[in-house]
Amino acid sequence: MPTKSLKAQKSILASTQKQLDLLSDGIFASGELPTFSERIAVQGESSLRPRKLEILQMNIGYMCNQVCAHCHVDAGPDRKEMMTRETLEKCLKIIETTSVHTLDLTGGAPEMHPDFRWFVERAAALGVKDFIVRSNLTIILANKKYNDLPEFFKKHSIHVVSSLPFYKKEKTDSQRGDGVFQKSIQAIQMLNAVGYGQPNSGLLLDLVYNPSGAFLPGDQQALENDFKKALKTDFDIDFNQLFTITNMPISRFLDYLVASENYEEYMYALVEAYNPDALDNVMCINTLSVRWDGYLYDCDFNQMLDLKVANPVQHLDDFDETLLQDRTICISQHCYGCTAGAGSSCQGSVV
Amino acid sequence: MKSSYYQSQDLKKFKNISDWSPELGKKFFDYYNSVFEEGALTAREKSLIALAVAHTVQCPYCIDAYTQDGLQRGVDKAEMMEAVHVAGAIRGGASLVHGVQMMEVYNKRSM
Repeated sequence: MPTKSLKAQKSILASTQKQLDLLSDGIFASGELPTFSERIAVQGESSLRPRKLEILQMNIGYMCNQVCAHCHVDAGPDRKEMMTRETLEKCLKIIETTSVHTLDLTGGAPEMHPDFRWFVERAAALGVKDFIVRSNLTIILANKKYNDLPEFFKKHSIHVVSSLPFYKKEKTDSQRGDGVFQKSIQAIQMLNAVGYGQPNSGLLLDLVYNPSGAFLPGDQQALENDFKKALKTDFDIDFNQLFTITNMPISRFLDYLVASENYEEYMYALVEAYNPDALDNVMCINTLSVRWDGYLYDCDFNQMLDLKVANPVQHLDDFDETLLQDRTICISQHCYGCTAGAGSSCQGSVV
Repeated sequence: MKSSYYQSQDLKKFKNISDWSPELGKKFFDYYNSVFEEGALTAREKSLIALAVAHTVQCPYCIDAYTQDGLQRGVDKAEMMEAVHVAGAIRGGASLVHGVQMMEVYNKRSM
């Protein structure tokens, strides 16, 4: 298990350009596998373009109390990047003035941001239809000051989406660190206790499954059934939906793939599992991702590769919804992660 | 000639067996896919049976394929190893049960 971010380790793959080079070289440069652009062209798509903006995903900072082996953000305690209050206010303005109906707060652990509660209170007051906070669960137990988060989430009708890679300790701890499973279970029980995941409470608790290794997620419904049965029997836990999310070959997961000599096999698996139907529903067509410093991206993955939106408007300071809609989505080979099998998005499978 | 009879990349080419016999290939893969659909047994249970059988027939392609399939379905290492022991028990038992034949022949031929 890593204890520091790639950035703090001064790893070669902390460089976004090195990651992009790796994703374009080798099996893709030699023509052994088609690039994502070539693959969608077979389907008659010369490019991907956004439809109506519906989801604003804000990455408010890369600091996290965990250092997960698969993290595409390269988050951790040593990451200090944080969105300023001024930038948070600009995001509130977008929520007020655009067609956005879903607000998705992510990080890092967004709860560690000093203005987290300030922002949630203001954003909730604006009445977005679906207000998501991506919580890693263990943050709720990380410090006394976070223990009341379940109540805080409930007060603002937050839709909690949390990672739990597996319903058993071994696979969860191997991906997220020793002791994470037990703390996650305890945190879910605290969320259940205030009503989260309970029938008719209106308080949504969805869990996210990431494969704990170099393989693709299985059928979302089958895994949800297994999770529900096991978590209910073993821990009397309830939740709403399970989202299966494919690990993207970027950042720490890319580093793992290379170090474990699984990179080529994994890319083969992604390319072979390409599903043309998933392309119609990839999340970048209705999402905009905002970085801590106000720069705009097609998705959180492009943010981590620093592929800024291909548009004259690249920063919140110049935000213009109409201008932004007229763009081509930046793609590279990591995009195969969203089109493999039943597809993958921050809301799970897409077909 | 390849340096080894078994090449891991050949697993990806399994479907190529249809090239020289499209009709039979299609029948086989249609049948294969139907077998592994959810039925009276779940697809997960079938995957574990396949893993055990893979060890019985000692097919490296099948072991690779059904270990990966199990991982995707959330099968953990304890479940996989128990399945392999089922294969081992049946294989071992299949040898040992013939001991009865040995004992009978021995007894018949001995004074």
